Amino acid sequence: MDQYTLNLLFVGASFALYIGIAVWARAGTTAEFYAAGRGVHPITNGMATAADWMSAASFISMAGLIAFGGYINSSFLMGWTGGYVLLALLLAPYLRKFGKFTVPEFIGDRFYSPTARIIAVVCLIVASITYVIGQMTGVGVAFSRFLEVNNTVGLMIGAGVVFFYAVLGGMKGVTYTQVAQYCVLITAYTIPAIFISLQLTGNPIPALGLFGDHVESGQSLLTRLDQLVTELGFREYTAQDTTPSSVLNMVLFTFSLMIGTAGLPHVIIRFFTVPKVSDARWSAGWALVFIALLYLTAPAVGAMARLNIIDTIYPNGTAEKSLAYEARPDWMKNWEVTGLLKFKDKNGDGLIQMYNDKSKSFAETAESRGWKGSELVVNRDILVLANPEIANLPGWVIALVAAGGLAAALSTAAGLLLAISSAVSHDLIKGSINPNISEKGELLAARLSMAVAIVVATYLGLNPPGFAAQTVALAFGLAAASIFPALMMGIFSKRVNNRGAVAGMLTGLIFTLVYIFLHKGWFFVPGTASYPDTIAGSLFGIKSTAIGAIGAILNFAAAYLVSSVTEDTPDEIKELVESVRIPRGASTATDH
Amino acid sequence: MTDTNSSNKTGGSNNSAYWSTNLRIIIVSLIIWAFVSFGCGILLRPLLADIKVGGTDLGFWFAQQGSILVFLCLIFFYAWRMNKLDKEHGVDE
Repeated sequence: MDQYTLNLLFVGASFALYIGIAVWARAGTTAEFYAAGRGVHPITNGMATAADWMSAASFISMAGLIAFGGYINSSFLMGWTGGYVLLALLLAPYLRKFGKFTVPEFIGDRFYSPTARIIAVVCLIVASITYVIGQMTGVGVAFSRFLEVNNTVGLMIGAGVVFFYAVLGGMKGVTYTQVAQYCVLITAYTIPAIFISLQLTGNPIPALGLFGDHVESGQSLLTRLDQLVTELGFREYTAQDTTPSSVLNMVLFTFSLMIGTAGLPHVIIRFFTVPKVSDARWSAGWALVFIALLYLTAPAVGAMARLNIIDTIYPNGTAEKSLAYEARPDWMKNWEVTGLLKFKDKNGDGLIQMYNDKSKSFAETAESRGWKGSELVVNRDILVLANPEIANLPGWVIALVAAGGLAAALSTAAGLLLAISSAVSHDLIKGSINPNISEKGELLAARLSMAVAIVVATYLGLNPPGFAAQTVALAFGLAAASIFPALMMGIFSKRVNNRGAVAGMLTGLIFTLVYIFLHKGWFFVPGTASYPDTIAGSLFGIKSTAIGAIGAILNFAAAYLVSSVTEDTPDEIKELVESVRIPRGASTATDH
Repeated sequence: MTDTNSSNKTGGSNNSAYWSTNLRIIIVSLIIWAFVSFGCGILLRPLLADIKVGGTDLGFWFAQQGSILVFLCLIFFYAWRMNKLDKEHGVDE
């Protein structure tokens, strides 16, 4: 069987599975549509949360970021998992106890302010839409590479599948499809990693192999990698830049990712689906177990892929003759077609050189070898998808990775679309435009807004705005600076009142937005940025990706300041906060 | 939300004792959370440079694996401890 048929078979079978589940788990009520009837077991919910959370970015991009960045990109590992500690300790149990359907609903009720609710809806929609664009483009890339259909057709198929199970099944359908998608994506991620770890270190567990010995050289794997990358003029893979500004940025970036994770609405609403408060606590733990399976493997995948690429290009050591372009392996040819891997023979010797041509100290060595610049450009995003080919793994593994990448992108897209549709139908339509809407009417509105969201997301996936990559910072910045602090103060303070919350959210939101726009361009229009987005050049010496942490601190400060000079919260709000803090009574709390 | 108010009236002091114990557990957990990630993984890494782990140092291990493992333990500890506390204070479901 050829590779194309295998890919088709694996992707087709996984899609058939998702559709089968959707038909089985149709939603009949708004409670089922928004919160799966609150009947989801904590372990099941943990698995669904893991699939919901792990997007194309986690599956496809993260290992590549670590491979080419080394230690500094550990921020992604700590940030995207550390957020779950905050979720489990500070938000999930209390929001489950509150017992409603959406994040803006809590903010609106707790701060007795429709304005606060609308601000939360806007943040939620902007954060979710920007996030969904990335998923849709990921679906397009995976389809066009593995199924050899054009990008448009691929995206349409993907959108059609999501449309089918998300619109039909709501949260209930999405939950059970996400469980299946988790199984597909984790198998797809770990199997090639196990093979590669065995090849390089003899250890079947990649996470242990990373800190094990490299079979071929007898050295530790990481020592070997450090040595190879420094021979090519790069900074050591494991080295830390200990200048205070770099350390500060790493801390703030990690912190922004943590509170951003805890504030992302599509993750939070997953905890509304379990039956009890204690289940919400366990469920956060299970979610992190399932996430950790991938996140503990990712740094191993990154380091091993980097090592494999160097070994491929310099088969006889970095000082010897490198790989001839004519003799390049098939995976390079395959990815050259997509334009994500490029070769340019700068010194005309017909050989491939890849090294750090920006290093001044290495320039002399490069010149003496006749190298005239690094000749191979590898897009970081192809690393995980190309990994099985780089390591010469069998065809079915490649097909499995294709199905896994699609599962990761589709599951996150569905979760985001659900968060958007519930915000529109429940918070906007039922909450402010037409409070008397019937259950049936609301369900229809939820389905229609989901359908519209899918159409918008597909359109943006087909015509990705040039700024798609930058907007990830925006999604996390908004969640970190506006949503997380408001939720936390709503639970842990009785004193923060309506004015305080609105002032805090607006302060965090505007500060973060303006700071990102100053560094990335106003509304991401190229050429309108006032400062370069580097540590040295930026306004406060903080890169725009790390600014969410500062926005959150300003949010807290503004909220407490304004609350302390305005009137105290009413008694019924104090009682609401009291009741949210105590688990008893959650099972009887309803949606009204 | 009317049904939930009844539990508050039965034991205001009990509830405040429950809440202050909860806050203490959260604070201790978050200190550990920050210590392993921001501490061992980033700020204190130069101080841990002499402790070697598999071809590199302990700080690198904490940044790429150790902190995730500690996070896991923290969440499960918190869930277990709080479910016990719920029962002790009679506020479980």
